[in-house]
Amino acid sequence: MDVMERIDQVVKSNPVVIFMKGTPQMPQCGFSMRAAQALQACGKEFAHVNVLMDPEIFENLPRYADWPTFPQIYINGELIGGCDITLEMYQQGELQKMIDEAVNKSTA
Amino acid sequence: MSIQSDIEQKLATGVNALHLEVVNESNNHNVPPGSESHFKVTLVSDDFEGKTLINRHRMINTLLAEEVSGKIHALALHTYTSQEWAKNTNGAPLSPPCLGGGKG
Repeated sequence: MDVMERIDQVVKSNPVVIFMKGTPQMPQCGFSMRAAQALQACGKEFAHVNVLMDPEIFENLPRYADWPTFPQIYINGELIGGCDITLEMYQQGELQKMIDEAVNKSTA
Repeated sequence: MSIQSDIEQKLATGVNALHLEVVNESNNHNVPPGSESHFKVTLVSDDFEGKTLINRHRMINTLLAEEVSGKIHALALHTYTSQEWAKNTNGAPLSPPCLGGGKG
């Protein structure tokens, strides 16, 4: 499978997914760590892809949604942004709402 | 010209900025002294009025395409309209610590 198809499949098959440096348990970048913590604080399961372990995704993810940096957080198949946006949405309560809706939709 | 002044100039000409602060935070990270790798931008502009955060960040990423596509390693973005900025008495949030995963 082509790398863009692989990315697309991960994005479309998970209500919430973060492409990050490291893992939520062992993040390797402060921005990835904070974004993963915000997702964890919302209390729902989410998928993650460690871009440091997948050079092909690391190289090509920026093209996928025209977003140049990591981490990237997708909810309901759509890019919501990187660390700063995720944190701001978390603080405003929007992230929780969005995640709850996406997870409910996927299990409905 | 330094990367920092390039960033300042591109943002100042690309956006009607009421407040623009570009901080080189590279010395918090695992890079040689004097590096220009990690930056934090705080930008207040009424050009952001009615725009979602992702669209505000896309505006900046486009203006700084050359920098974010390779010249720098990290760019923290904090964007406000003048009204949001007036309500925000704490300034922009602090950037996270380095955890060493330096690739890219």
